[in-house]
Amino acid sequence: MKSPEAAPSDTSRFGGNAPATAHADTTSGTLPIRSRVALTMGAFGALTVVACLTAPLVGGTPISLARALDRSIPFANNVDAQIFFIARLPRVLAGALVGSALAAAGVVFQAMLRNPLATPFTLGVSAGSSLGAMIAITFGATFGWGPLSPVPLASLVGASIAASLVYWLATRSGRAISTSVLLLAGVTLNSFFSALIMFVQYVADFARIAAAFRWLMGDLDVGSFEPLWGAMPLLLASYIIFALLPSSLNLLSLGNDAAASRGVDVARAQRLAFISASMATSAAVSIAGPIGFVGIVVPHLVRLIVGVDHRVVLPASALFGATFLVACDVLSRTLFSPVEIPVGVVTALIGGPFFLWLLVRRG
Amino acid sequence: MLTSPPVSSATPHAEPSILQASDVSFGYRSRSTQPRALAVRNVSLAVPRGSFTGLLGPNGCGKTTLLKLLSGVLPPDSGRVTLSGQTLSEMSRRVVASRIACVPQETHPAFDYTCMEMVLMGRHPHLGPFQLEGPADIAIARDALAATGTVHLADRPYMTVSGGEKQRVVIAAALAQEGDVLLLDEPTASLDLGFQLEVAMLLKQLNRDRGVTMVLATHDLNLAASLCDTLVLMRDGSVLTQGATRDVLTPAAVRRLYDVDADVDFHHRAGHLTVVPCGRLRHEES
Repeated sequence: MKSPEAAPSDTSRFGGNAPATAHADTTSGTLPIRSRVALTMGAFGALTVVACLTAPLVGGTPISLARALDRSIPFANNVDAQIFFIARLPRVLAGALVGSALAAAGVVFQAMLRNPLATPFTLGVSAGSSLGAMIAITFGATFGWGPLSPVPLASLVGASIAASLVYWLATRSGRAISTSVLLLAGVTLNSFFSALIMFVQYVADFARIAAAFRWLMGDLDVGSFEPLWGAMPLLLASYIIFALLPSSLNLLSLGNDAAASRGVDVARAQRLAFISASMATSAAVSIAGPIGFVGIVVPHLVRLIVGVDHRVVLPASALFGATFLVACDVLSRTLFSPVEIPVGVVTALIGGPFFLWLLVRRG
Repeated sequence: MLTSPPVSSATPHAEPSILQASDVSFGYRSRSTQPRALAVRNVSLAVPRGSFTGLLGPNGCGKTTLLKLLSGVLPPDSGRVTLSGQTLSEMSRRVVASRIACVPQETHPAFDYTCMEMVLMGRHPHLGPFQLEGPADIAIARDALAATGTVHLADRPYMTVSGGEKQRVVIAAALAQEGDVLLLDEPTASLDLGFQLEVAMLLKQLNRDRGVTMVLATHDLNLAASLCDTLVLMRDGSVLTQGATRDVLTPAAVRRLYDVDADVDFHHRAGHLTVVPCGRLRHEES
């Protein structure tokens, strides 16, 4: 890596006829990227922490955060702490992890497909995941693996089958991924799997249909930390890859040739983007079912606030996605309390109109 | 008809070639069962260090494909492209991009980047995977904007500026990449006459003062005549002729390339050959 040489102070580095500006002191309206990354990470990070600490306080029994975190009271006697850590925190953390994964996956898919309207569910990963879960619920699967109970396990299997199929189709005819084939294959696979889901439900009995239907609406009530542990390896792996991606995503969104000519290994970057976003999506769906709209609403809201540079958008979306879904889940618990509405319904009710507004605004 | 120009003393070609294509062929994959047509066939080409090479030929003759092969964006089906003796396909994209910058015909970002962000993306090959641009990179980007007369656009969204401004911003991004080779695909096609001249002067200056090797694909024969010391004439994916501009750019060459009857004269005020098209020839006549 060569460091840029110091510019001659009197003349422009590249010549040209327009007068060169003095360097560091001429400020453009936007902050340099280093400050923007630090600022957004700090702000959105703080927001996420606040959301995760306040959300468990909301519920049927009011509790105090100070008392819940008070280490001088033994945990066995501290009802507030028990409610906070055992009853409510798993659900809040599930919301944070799922929201974060879906929002980040949305950003990655949108950049990779060069399509701002793509979602984590565009490429059929969630449909495959849902089919797996439907089969497990309908036929009462009993096999588990480590911390993974049957339904999440089956949904992960379904997701990986769908992702492999789409990937194979899109890479069959060339070196790099064909984004148009990817989109078409994803859309086709989505409807194909939906048909299979309907078929499975058609042959199932009513009690199972109800359970399956509830799963499809999305539900963050994980009950304990265990399901989160089950999804953690996939989530961690995808986040490690996410950390490598942002500058490649910027360039990929200019087009493959432009990216390649600026030094991006396009085939590798696309592969990493597809694999990481698919892993994050399937992990999220295995925890909570297919919760829609998080993966599109959050990235676009974030872009409205921080601009479109993926080095800011990706971490900010990962953090804001967590906040957004935790907040939506609080709404789903409290809006018609004691009746709980599925969190997928809440995100759709917020996300649907937002998405339409976005379309109208773009048109 | 052809008055011979004064012998130019500029750019002696004693230097070895910096970029070299040896027997390179490439065909785009097609889904149909027909044998696939080669867009570039058996092209051998040496771009001398510090030269200004023009790539001329009719639509679809393979200029753009050849540029992509020379930049390593496309790997050749056969033959090889070398940069300072090293095979491009064996080098990492990042290393290649730190030496070869490209200005494509058009750039359509999927998101609303500002012009400054577009230019800063040119710094990508010089940054590590986790490194963000620092003050030095920003200074380079500002100089690049200044050189293309686009400083005032820095904070404007790229998608809202005019076609000519877009092209100048893309050239600025390529400048910020600081390669020693610049591959340009119709860089002035969407510019008005004033900016055509200005961009031409900028390219000439970069070539002369900073020794940046230029390869320019263009339909503008007068632009090529004013800038290029070497011309490569292409038709149907093959190289017809290559050589010094004053030897290659002849009425016969224009007829062979475009089926156009043209006068080629040395223009004393402009200081270079000029091509004036006089009529379209039927294909059989050529």
